[in-house]
Amino acid sequence: MSADSSHDTGHEPGHEVINARTDALLADPGLPDHVWRPTDVDAKAEKRAERQVATLFGLSAICTVLFVVFYITLETGVDGPTIIGLGASNVALGVSLGLALLLIGIGVIQWARKLMGDHEISELRHPASSSEGDRAETLAALNAGLEESGIGRRPLVRNTLLGSVALLAAPAVVMLRDLGPLPNEVVGEYEGAGLHHTVWRKGMRVVRDVVGTPVKASDLEIGDLLNAEPEALFPTAENGLPELSGAELQIAKSKAALVMLRMDPNDIVSPVTRNWSVNGIVAYSKICTHVGCPISLNERTTHNLLCPCHQSTFDLADSGKVVFGPAGRHLPQLPLGVDDEGYLIALSDFLEPVGPSFWERNTKSPSEVAKGLS
Amino acid sequence: MSIDTSKVATSNKTAATASKPSKAGAAATWADERLGLAAMGKKNLRKVFPDHWSFMLGEIALWSFVVLLLSGVFLTLWFRPSMAEVTYQGSYDQMRGISMSEAFASALNISFDVRGGLLMRQMHHWAAMLFIAAMMIHLLRVFFTGAHRKPREVNWVIGCLLLLLGTLEGFTGYSLPDDLLSGTGIRAADGFIKSMPVVGTYISFFLFGGEFPGEAIIPRLYTIHVLLIPGLLLALIAAHMLLLVYHKHTQWPGPGRTENNVVGFPMLPVYAAKAGGFFFIVFGVTAIMGGLMSINPVWKFGPYDPTKVTAGSQPDWYMGWPDGALRIMPGIESHFWGSTWSWNVFLPIIVLPGLLFTVLLLLPFIEGWITGDKREHHLLQRPRNAPTRTATMVALMTLYGCFWAAGGNDIIAIRLHASINQITYFMRAAVFIAPVIAFIVTRRVCISLQRHDNETLLHGYETGVIMRTPEGSYYEKHLPISGAEAYTMTVRDRSSARLTEPAEADTNGVPAPKGRLSGLREKVRTLYYADDIDKPTAEELEEARHHAEHEAHALAAIDGHSADGHHFDGRHPVSEEPIRPEHHGH
Repeated sequence: MSADSSHDTGHEPGHEVINARTDALLADPGLPDHVWRPTDVDAKAEKRAERQVATLFGLSAICTVLFVVFYITLETGVDGPTIIGLGASNVALGVSLGLALLLIGIGVIQWARKLMGDHEISELRHPASSSEGDRAETLAALNAGLEESGIGRRPLVRNTLLGSVALLAAPAVVMLRDLGPLPNEVVGEYEGAGLHHTVWRKGMRVVRDVVGTPVKASDLEIGDLLNAEPEALFPTAENGLPELSGAELQIAKSKAALVMLRMDPNDIVSPVTRNWSVNGIVAYSKICTHVGCPISLNERTTHNLLCPCHQSTFDLADSGKVVFGPAGRHLPQLPLGVDDEGYLIALSDFLEPVGPSFWERNTKSPSEVAKGLS
Repeated sequence: MSIDTSKVATSNKTAATASKPSKAGAAATWADERLGLAAMGKKNLRKVFPDHWSFMLGEIALWSFVVLLLSGVFLTLWFRPSMAEVTYQGSYDQMRGISMSEAFASALNISFDVRGGLLMRQMHHWAAMLFIAAMMIHLLRVFFTGAHRKPREVNWVIGCLLLLLGTLEGFTGYSLPDDLLSGTGIRAADGFIKSMPVVGTYISFFLFGGEFPGEAIIPRLYTIHVLLIPGLLLALIAAHMLLLVYHKHTQWPGPGRTENNVVGFPMLPVYAAKAGGFFFIVFGVTAIMGGLMSINPVWKFGPYDPTKVTAGSQPDWYMGWPDGALRIMPGIESHFWGSTWSWNVFLPIIVLPGLLFTVLLLLPFIEGWITGDKREHHLLQRPRNAPTRTATMVALMTLYGCFWAAGGNDIIAIRLHASINQITYFMRAAVFIAPVIAFIVTRRVCISLQRHDNETLLHGYETGVIMRTPEGSYYEKHLPISGAEAYTMTVRDRSSARLTEPAEADTNGVPAPKGRLSGLREKVRTLYYADDIDKPTAEELEEARHHAEHEAHALAAIDGHSADGHHFDGRHPVSEEPIRPEHHGH
């Protein structure tokens, strides 16, 4: 046992030493002696290991054959046979392929462990850096190259080159311009286009989602929650609305969806909410003002509506005010009325943008928003 | 290096004595005359790789990436990245006649009508999870053992970029089937983008080719998912591996293992066999997972419909932590001059991940700045021997865990019948408090373990043998640990030495000019090493050895009997030994 000594065994003349000082305190006992394995000294054990490895490879081949057999014989899909509640084809293919691969892997590793030489060998490390000589030579080469190019002596050439290459970034950026229209460019391109509009407009009937039938105030009991959409999404010969399809339909749906609740009119807190309700029926945008998930969970006793994505909770009795969660803004309310035939209609489009916040949004309180409808 | 292979399995020996030029030899000559392979092979065929179970974690990530490439190419043969509306006519009854995007219809086709298609889809998804999980655990291993120190900082940065790109690749991937869940994810992503001040709506309109959802997002995500990110991943993985080969792998300290060498098995045959075999194992495990464990059953969710959502909507687990931050962020929004600043979305989902990722990227550089350590390090450290570093990572893990748990606040509320409001309030506090507690506790645990190591070095290990002195007092007998163990434990720096020596003195002892931050740096360094327990000094070790010899002498009289403590330490056969030996005559 020596005093603290630097710990740098393995020096060779000419070998650059790594910049490392690890004070090891004790003398390095050196690599332990190699111990022969049973497979090295016992011919029987060696044969046994050889057979094990070959057996593993053989079993793998059988699994591969089984995979092909299963591929041909087992029917896929919902009508196919099942095992443990899962599709038999998927289970059989997965397990046979998995075992075929696994057995090869285990076999190869077993081969390495039992039969291949297991001598640990030692290799010298070199510092990650180049030698001083290499550095000097590289620097000299670099300087010679730069000198010959004359880049230092000819600032005019250098600067015009730098300028022109830098300018090439412009086409790369400019060419991305047609990825999409600007937010204000789509306005008027199709029904309800743009961030500030939806397909709702004055007099448009409220219809049930999926089926598209109009709704009468008397259809709803107190406490009933209804997912609704504008009639524009269900054009018929009778209502004479234009056909929507593809992206336009999806965009219209993603902004115009409604959630409606009938509550006791006396429970309504906010005057705006009361004004825009019909017999206690209120209609709000279904699109969460947080990041835009469709809101769907209703708490019956409180008139609170919860977004299943991030749990923002809105009070439908009080202008869709946020009562809990990460949303920063109330849920936009749609002013409701009744047409001649007694069906619920919108009195206008939403008076403020629906869905998640965005920078250009001019956000106002519900009572200020309400002034827009007059 | 010559090796005694006299006894290595006889079958190995014959190959080495091949005498006449074989066909393989001719092929090798042909190749070498054109590619100069021999020079490269000479260096690398017997390259040494050290062995330790924890070095396998990065390999899992590598091999699962290969599985991802293979299964991914298979899926592209049938998947149609199109949002054109079609009416499903495939074999899944519940969906027949329903309008959906071509992307979703082809995902159903792969799941139900292509034989092995569901298997490949599930393998692809499981391999993706494995890929990201393995990268994370590999990152933790590297950091906890100090493998990120010089000269490997650049490889740390590459590894972090791989994790970031892998996460984005995962997100773009699970968005492609255009089912209800993935559409909900894209819708939320649109909300995230729109929260960015000034440019949010523009980026959203450019990405979606107009208003959400449009018809462009799936084909665009597809290009990103199958070309852009995989290309970057492949290039970065290549760079990661090249640097690994150049630096040579780190190793644990031990007898014969120094900063200047690398001890282990040669690439050919042992390491090639083990690593290659491990590829088959990872591949096989993913296949079995794909066969037995259902994942992302898109047919249960149905096609994307912007008006629908499923309760308990959650992203894949690796996207869970920013989602958790989003859930517990208070709903703060500012409105100035007709503009809206949604801090409630922008801070947790855009700023926070960027910030934490930057911290992760900078960790080796921050540590290097604090310690002022400019040496190369090839020997790994035990986590306990760098208490502040270990505690820092555990604190970060705790922060991650808190956010991640917050991402499941609805599930926790349902399972534990707890109030979601209370869970959210709890999590808001926990993300600030829990990492601090974790930091302090981990640091103290590390320091206690350092103390324990010193005890073991000085007084030996606990034998479990209770001795009674003639006076009637009892003590537990300790025995010295082996020389190899003692050596391994003492290979480490003294933190006290690092604190006192000038950090940046060059080889001639000229101190570096002091920067403006040097005062702060001194303070942080003192805190970094504060309360570290140094290993014993040579004098202390010598004294302890004397003491042990003295004790051994005193106990020599009963040596060779059960009571010497050697016999029940699990290292010696005891079958012949009576518990209470016959009395020896004096």
